[in-house]
Amino acid sequence: MAKIIISYLNTLKPVILLFIVWEISSRYFFPDQSLFPPASQVFKCFCLLVSEGLLFNHVKASFLRVAAGFFLGACTGLVLGIAMGWNEVIRSNISPIISILYPIPAIGWLPLFILWIGINELLPVMIVFICAFFPMLYNTMTGVKSVDLSLVKASKMLGASEWQVLTTIVLPLALPNIFTGLKLEAGMAWRVIIAAEMVAISTGLGSLLMKGESLLRVDIIIVCLLILSLLCFCSEKIFLLIENKLTSKWRNPDA
Amino acid sequence: MPEIKVCDAKPSFVERSYSLKVDRGELRVIYGPTGSGKTTLLNIVAGLIAYEGYVFFNDVPMDCVPPQKRNIGYLFQGLHLFPHLSVFNNIAYGLKIKKIPPEKIKEQVDELMELFEITHLENRYPQNLSGGEKRRVALARTFAPRPGVLLMDEPLNSLDENIVIRLRRQFKRLQRKLILTTLYVTHDSEECIELADNIYYV
Repeated sequence: MAKIIISYLNTLKPVILLFIVWEISSRYFFPDQSLFPPASQVFKCFCLLVSEGLLFNHVKASFLRVAAGFFLGACTGLVLGIAMGWNEVIRSNISPIISILYPIPAIGWLPLFILWIGINELLPVMIVFICAFFPMLYNTMTGVKSVDLSLVKASKMLGASEWQVLTTIVLPLALPNIFTGLKLEAGMAWRVIIAAEMVAISTGLGSLLMKGESLLRVDIIIVCLLILSLLCFCSEKIFLLIENKLTSKWRNPDA
Repeated sequence: MPEIKVCDAKPSFVERSYSLKVDRGELRVIYGPTGSGKTTLLNIVAGLIAYEGYVFFNDVPMDCVPPQKRNIGYLFQGLHLFPHLSVFNNIAYGLKIKKIPPEKIKEQVDELMELFEITHLENRYPQNLSGGEKRRVALARTFAPRPGVLLMDEPLNSLDENIVIRLRRQFKRLQRKLILTTLYVTHDSEECIELADNIYYV
C-alpha cells in the first residue's frame, strides 16, 4: 500500500510543480491576470462553480450524452464488428462502405446532422455515436479475425457449435482488441461532445466553455478544460481496469 | 464404439487416396515418414478437409456430417490448448459444451487430472506449462467428452524419453479401458511397435 501511495506521489510531483510555476509566473510575469489567472484563482472559481451547482449540472448534461452515444455506438460497432470478423460474406459486402465512411472525423458530421435532426439532445448523442462506432467496429473485427483458427478447429472437435465457438473461444480471445477500441474512444467521446456543445448546444461542459469565453472569464475556461482532462483520463482508466479484470489472468499468468 | 471404414478417400490437394478399415476398439497406428500424408488421413476422418470418396462409422456414411457431430476426440500435433482457460477449464471444455451438470464435470475432470498426474496444475494457464505438462492436459481434454473415436497426431512428439514411456502406458491403459477405436499417427518405430494392434503404412 505504501508503495502505491509513493508511486502516486511520484506521478503527481510534476503536476504539483506545474501548478507552482503557473501560480508564480501568472502573479509576477503577466501584467493582465484576467487573461492568464493564477492557479489559486482558478481553484477559487472551481469552488464557486461547484458550490452553485453549475459545474455539476453541466458535467451531468455532457456525461448523459456521452454515456448514451458511447453505449449505442460501442454496442452497434461490437455487433457489426463481430459479424464482419466472423463472416467473410458480410465482411466483403460491408467493408467498402465502412472504408468510405471511416475516415470522416466525427465532428465533420455536425453540419449534416444539424440539418437532418436539428439542434436538440439527439445531435450530440449522434456525434458521440459516430465517434464510438467506427473504431469499435474496426477493433472488434480485427480481434475476431486474428483469433488462431486452429483453436476454432480444436473447439469444434470438442463438439462446439458455431455459436459456442464464437462465445466461448473467439470473443474472449478478441477482448484485448475490443478494449483497445473502448479505451481509445472513451476519451475521444469527451473531446467530440465538447466540440458539439460549443457549436450547437446550450448545456454541457462545451457550452460552459463558450460562456466563459463570451464573459472573458479565462478562469472558467481553464476549470472546464481541467475537468475535461480529468473525465477523459478517468474514462480510459475505467476501461483499462475492466480489461485487466477480465483478461489479466491469462494474458499475464505470472502476475 | 464405432468401426471406421475409409473408402478411396482423396482430398483435392493430394495425389494418393486412402482406404482402410479399423475395428471397434482397435488401436491402429498410422506409420510413415514426416510429410507422407498421415495427418491428412486423420483430417479426412475428422471431416476437417474436403475429400472425394467415403468415410463410414459403423456403416453409417459420415461425409455430410460436420466435425462437431462425429463424436471424435482429436489430439492435434500442435495441441491447441485454449490460452484463456485454466487447465481445469481446458479439460472441462468439451463437457461444458455438452451441458453436463457442473458436479459431474468436476468429478470427471478430477478423475482425468489424477490419471494424468496434473492435479497440481488445475488453476494454471497453458502459457505457464512445460511441454510435457501441456501434452498431458491436451490428452486429458481429448478423453474428457468420452469420444467414440480417437485421432492422435504424434501426441508424444519431442518429449523426454522418461515422460514418453509413462504417457504411452497411461494412454494405452485408458484406450483399452474405454475401448476406443483409435487412429494414432507416429513416425517413431518404437512407439509404433509398442502401441499398435495393427499398422497402416503411409
